[in-house]
Amino acid sequence: MANKSAFRWKRKHLLALEDLTVDEIMHVLSQADAFKEVSTRSVKKVPALRGKVLVNCFFEDSTRTRTSFALAASRLSADVVDFSEKTSSTSKGETLIDTARNIEAMGVDIFVLRHPAAGAAETLSRHVKCSVVNAGDGAHEHPTQGLLDLYTMRERFGKVAGLKVAIVGDIVNSRVARSNIWALTKLGAEVILVGPPTLLPKTFEKLGVKVIHDFDSVIGQVDVINMLRVQFERIKSSQFPTVREFTRFFGLTAERFVRCKKDVFIMHPGPMNRGIEISSAIADGPQSGILTQVANGLAVRMAVLYLVTQAQ
Amino acid sequence: MRNHYDQADVKRVIDDLAAKVAQAFDPREPMNIVGIRTRGETIAQRLTRMLQARGFARIGRGILDITLYRDDLSEIGPTPIAGPTEIDIPLDGIPLLLVDDVLFTGRSVRSALNALVDFGRPSVIRLGVLVDRGGRELPIAADYVGIVLPHVPADVRVNVRLAEVDGVDEIVVEPKA
Repeated sequence: MANKSAFRWKRKHLLALEDLTVDEIMHVLSQADAFKEVSTRSVKKVPALRGKVLVNCFFEDSTRTRTSFALAASRLSADVVDFSEKTSSTSKGETLIDTARNIEAMGVDIFVLRHPAAGAAETLSRHVKCSVVNAGDGAHEHPTQGLLDLYTMRERFGKVAGLKVAIVGDIVNSRVARSNIWALTKLGAEVILVGPPTLLPKTFEKLGVKVIHDFDSVIGQVDVINMLRVQFERIKSSQFPTVREFTRFFGLTAERFVRCKKDVFIMHPGPMNRGIEISSAIADGPQSGILTQVANGLAVRMAVLYLVTQAQ
Repeated sequence: MRNHYDQADVKRVIDDLAAKVAQAFDPREPMNIVGIRTRGETIAQRLTRMLQARGFARIGRGILDITLYRDDLSEIGPTPIAGPTEIDIPLDGIPLLLVDDVLFTGRSVRSALNALVDFGRPSVIRLGVLVDRGGRELPIAADYVGIVLPHVPADVRVNVRLAEVDGVDEIVVEPKA
């Protein structure tokens, strides 16, 4: 194969999509194709990471990401250890680095870290010898979510370049938005951010995207609408007037949906606030890719775990 | 020893392999032919056509990617690209011919056997290869061989190139790049 020698994956860690080249992003996506096939087998397991140990280190709540990483690891035959903040010694005051080093001393190959502080995964990667995969660091990045969103769009449209993608809602608090922006702009998609000025400052324009405060002005033009969750736990009261007002201006309602392109693709990283940022009928409707995103997330995370391990 | 086999040689070798396979299987019964990505798959395609021309009408086809089953990943250079395996045919109770281009250490075949058992239980698994270059590290042997190249030193590569993938049919014995 010509491309076999042309490209070599060298990253031991996956910390941020900002760091990745177009070739690296495309490499993850094409590897994910192979892993997607594994999930269709009756024996959904390959021995690629046999004997490796993955630690799921979550300092914030998570359903999808945590389960997805655990399942991805077990489909690759790795062993999975779950580490949760609430029952650990971090509640006794141990620092993240100390905790991680102690766990590493037990023979760990991959840390999957979710942490409320931006840069936590990067910091950790400088203090441990094993691989670190960022599963969300504050409002900074959520690279595997960005990759799975990209994979899902590519699967749906056959390409990413040239797509018009609206990312809507609480942008400022969203690591999903940042990872999506980096990945989509690198691959040549047009990104339009939509949200109220309090949750979407103009400074985002520096990332090479459009910043729009009027959802209705772009709704008929976009191929993809990625609705973000309103992150009530992160929003300061001054940023957000009322839920009803948000829904009225920025919710994906039935009235707005009829003005969308006929083949518009609806995405949401979950968990959804049904009836707030997205109406239930649309989330569960035929143009929703929400559950496809979850299924693809598994394949993408298998690809990421496989690649970072090979680079060790 | 010759270092180069051209298009006419390759044709002769594949013809030979097809004849041996045809003799060993029953054309009236179902059989499956599974090629190991990438060139094993190309050879499997050609063998299938040749067997069909000889009256084999019930051949099921599959493609096996063994990257995720390898035990020598760190030794084969750059991160290999894993591709999808395509086995949409029932394997249970049906004879299966596994096809690869070059049989060397036997580790690819070992990986392929591990992968195959995840998909079903063929009545028998036979191995057909275009080239047997010796150098086995595992107790594995081919049932049907196109050509044997004995005494190839371990640090020399035997590269099979096929028109569908490489634009040319040839077998080249050459130093490692």
